[in-house]
Amino acid sequence: MPIEAILFLFLMATAVVVARLEDLFAAAMLTGMFSLLSAGLFTLMDAVDVAFTEAAVGAGISTVLMLGTLALTSRKEDQQKTRIMPFVVVILTGVALVYGTLDMPHYGSPGTGPVPAAGNAVIHHHVAPDYIKGTAEEFGLPNIVTAVLASYRGYDTLGETAVIFTAAVGVLLMLAPTRRREDEAPSDPEAPSDPEEPQ
Amino acid sequence: MKTPMKMQDKIILRVVARACIPFILLFGLYVQFHGDFGPGGGFQAGVIFAAGFVLYALIFGVDKLAAVISQRTIEILVATGLLLYASVGFVGLAMGGNFLDYRVLDHHNPMHGLHYGILVVELGVGITVTAAMLAIFYAFAARERR
Repeated sequence: MPIEAILFLFLMATAVVVARLEDLFAAAMLTGMFSLLSAGLFTLMDAVDVAFTEAAVGAGISTVLMLGTLALTSRKEDQQKTRIMPFVVVILTGVALVYGTLDMPHYGSPGTGPVPAAGNAVIHHHVAPDYIKGTAEEFGLPNIVTAVLASYRGYDTLGETAVIFTAAVGVLLMLAPTRRREDEAPSDPEAPSDPEEPQ
Repeated sequence: MKTPMKMQDKIILRVVARACIPFILLFGLYVQFHGDFGPGGGFQAGVIFAAGFVLYALIFGVDKLAAVISQRTIEILVATGLLLYASVGFVGLAMGGNFLDYRVLDHHNPMHGLHYGILVVELGVGITVTAAMLAIFYAFAARERR
């Protein structure tokens, strides 16, 4: 329990500092730290696969991409007037979200009956036991997460892969045309002359 | 990032990166193919594998990375992974099962069919994720040089 509390405290402190910092380079670095702390929390909750993803994507790749974006813009945030309305909206949304979690089953709750209510995780009664039993008997695999991801929920994972594909295509469509036009422009001495081989 | 030439001149960065990158790639492969038995799988392995290439590009410059793997290859790989995943489903259909039912892939032992199916599907995910991360990184890195 104390370790979770300390991690949450660090998470909140990091979030507040990121929001208040004007130096965007430091903010990008702290966002990576935020992801690393979240990965620690996921590990404590035995969600090792999620922690793995969070550490690799959040602390690794997205920090690099943010630094890449920073290289294109300035490293300082423009001075902004303190506005009350956005703050109120954020607080209200936060309160609504916390209110919503009151209906959710408690963390690690095994559930006591078939009626879904707070403190009764209905998923532990039907789907989860089936997956846990099936993974051992049918698959003979120790990692249930992989069995669920690749086989039981194979359609979903196919869709997720398609989402990643679409994201890459979207980014390429948005960023690539400018690059290709620059490559063809003869005025740019550093641009490669062959448009078939973009760098 | 803003000054790739200066990064290249730093001998400590260069030596440490050269020592680290093979292990990062090896770890990526381990996470990819050991995902059935330990934590990990295609998504995580793809990101780790891409991180190795990105580190290489950060230290030695994007041009050196382009010599290893060109942008055209990456664009093809993004689609290859997804097609590999979907083709496992169609092979299953052709062999008389349902879409993405891996049991029919091995007629003698359904459990082996499941293992093959998961392995190939995860490989497809890994290829798409690696290529997508590298494609996005390339898109940013190419803009930087203006």
